[in-house]
Amino acid sequence: MSVDRRQFLSSTGKYLIVTAATAKVIESFLSGAVPEPAAYAAAGHWWAMALDIEKCIGCGNCVRACKAENDVPLEAEFFRTWVERYHVRDADIEHPDVDSPNGGYDGFPDKYAKSDGARTFFVPKICNHCAHSPCVQVCPVGATFVSPDGVVLVDKTYCLGCRYCVQACPYGCRYIDPRTHTVDKCNLCYHRITKGLLPACVENCPTGARMIGDLKNPKDPIHAFLRDHKVQVLKPQMATGSKAFYNGLDGSVR
Amino acid sequence: MDPSGLLHSVQGYMYPNEVELQWSILIVLYPFITGLVAGAFILASLERVFNVAAVKPTYRLALLTALAFLIVAPLPLQLHLGHPERSFEMYLTPHTSSAMAMFGFVYLWYLMVVLVLEIWLDYRKDIVLLARASRGAKRRLYRVLALGSDNISEASLRIDERVGHFLTIIGIPSAFLLHGYVGFIFGSVKANPWWSTPLMPVVFLFSAIVSGIALVMLMYMAIRFLKGREIDMPCVDTIARYFFYAFIIDFALEMLDLIHRIYEADESFQSLDFMVHTRLYVSQIVVQLGIGTLLPLAILALTQLVRLSVAARKGAYVLAGGLTLVGIFAMRWNVVIGGQLFSKSFLGYTTYKMAFATREGLLPAIALLVLPFLILWGLLALLPPWPEEDTPEITRPQAAA
Repeated sequence: MSVDRRQFLSSTGKYLIVTAATAKVIESFLSGAVPEPAAYAAAGHWWAMALDIEKCIGCGNCVRACKAENDVPLEAEFFRTWVERYHVRDADIEHPDVDSPNGGYDGFPDKYAKSDGARTFFVPKICNHCAHSPCVQVCPVGATFVSPDGVVLVDKTYCLGCRYCVQACPYGCRYIDPRTHTVDKCNLCYHRITKGLLPACVENCPTGARMIGDLKNPKDPIHAFLRDHKVQVLKPQMATGSKAFYNGLDGSVR
Repeated sequence: MDPSGLLHSVQGYMYPNEVELQWSILIVLYPFITGLVAGAFILASLERVFNVAAVKPTYRLALLTALAFLIVAPLPLQLHLGHPERSFEMYLTPHTSSAMAMFGFVYLWYLMVVLVLEIWLDYRKDIVLLARASRGAKRRLYRVLALGSDNISEASLRIDERVGHFLTIIGIPSAFLLHGYVGFIFGSVKANPWWSTPLMPVVFLFSAIVSGIALVMLMYMAIRFLKGREIDMPCVDTIARYFFYAFIIDFALEMLDLIHRIYEADESFQSLDFMVHTRLYVSQIVVQLGIGTLLPLAILALTQLVRLSVAARKGAYVLAGGLTLVGIFAMRWNVVIGGQLFSKSFLGYTTYKMAFATREGLLPAIALLVLPFLILWGLLALLPPWPEEDTPEITRPQAAA
């Protein structure tokens, strides 16, 4: 087999490049460094949440993780996410017994007998990151806004603290931070998702009851979830374009 | 943890972030005060635009009352904001889809273009004469107020009159805008069924007219009484008549809203009905409906149907006016505070705990309600509404001429 000079230079060059690249990858892997993510392009994403009521066990891991990750005040009146326990007797879906002791932060103490004939389940709650968000609509200065990737965010350096958005949210997802006197709410752990990480609540859910998904990414597993389950949003009559999709949402939940 | 102790006052279930009320008594004052402004202005325009000559003695008083209250109107909002130092951003970067963002513009328009200009035009001749008749610092003050004008010829006064008339005409829709807008702030919150009704701006508007007329009527009678001067009874009788008519419309609208809610009985009804029968019973049924609406309406009806003596009419008007102001304040309270006492889950109720000497407590609220009267007292001293009685030195040469 004869190799002319042109072929020799070409293949040797290719081997050198591949070897150098491989060495770089191995080196980076061994050193434990996180590979640099591609620059985050907000317009290329459209974030949504999927919540599976049938998987939620009310452990409160998500609430604790959220408060720790996002420096949410520990008092029982401030939550970016919380968990509710519903207890519905037979057909009486208009009058469920609902509780959420400390937002579910400490889990749920046993309260109902197993054989009382009622159905009991947990509902994790979070900002719905509505596409037609009433809170964004009413903000007088635009301090709260929808980012190009579909996350409702707050600019704390701009918020007046007028509280109109708190009134406008049909889901009770906003509170005024007593330390900054500005509004605060779930931002889907924006500092994490833009780095390719999961929100703290999703990361810490032991049963996979919470899922974040990019609706613009056709390969995202959220599409399979939405295809395979009968999903519903909270208070659909509000027509807010809610992007928190629930599987197993009982008619008593509001 | 529950340092505020609020959780103990929760009955049923509330979303955790709802336990603490967002809008305090200061936000109750805001629609109450702007309502008085709008109502007082509408009364002033009765004489100017609709030629109801009988109410002329209250024309200037009504304008000054509107101004005194309008100056105070943004103060409760400023006190309430978490960051009042950023409120000017509403002028610089208003969010066009926000009803609240329009407040600054509606307010400025109403204050500067309508009220201040109309008052100035109406008083210009008096100001010039007062500047001529007074000495020293007082003279300088009136010269500043005259903004350099010194011409009070017949022709120039005719121009004042024409422009003033035009201003009142645009002032009426502006007054409607000012208070209808306040109603829209509440009526457009679809998340809150207690607020969310297209009737809200209309109900706010008519209750504003009622409260403003009642206030100016009371102020007129009080000032005349304190100064030991005669009360112009045909004037007060005419005001009371319009007061009664406006009140009937207001009452009809509120009843329409109530009956509609009861008959429709949507998903929120059980929750709201429970609230009205418990936590809002005193302020809604007893104060607003009973002693704040039905009783003054009955008194006013009596004055219209039965020929009463002057003394009895005076007593009836004072009583009806006072009760109405209490009732309209209760109405604002029931809208603002009542709309936050129930959970948007319709499963529970919280309590409003009003502090006293805090930024949003009862004390600043009382101060903010007293302040417009102090401003009005200053305005009345500066710009006497009845110059023929108060400042004969400037009216006498006119009479002689």
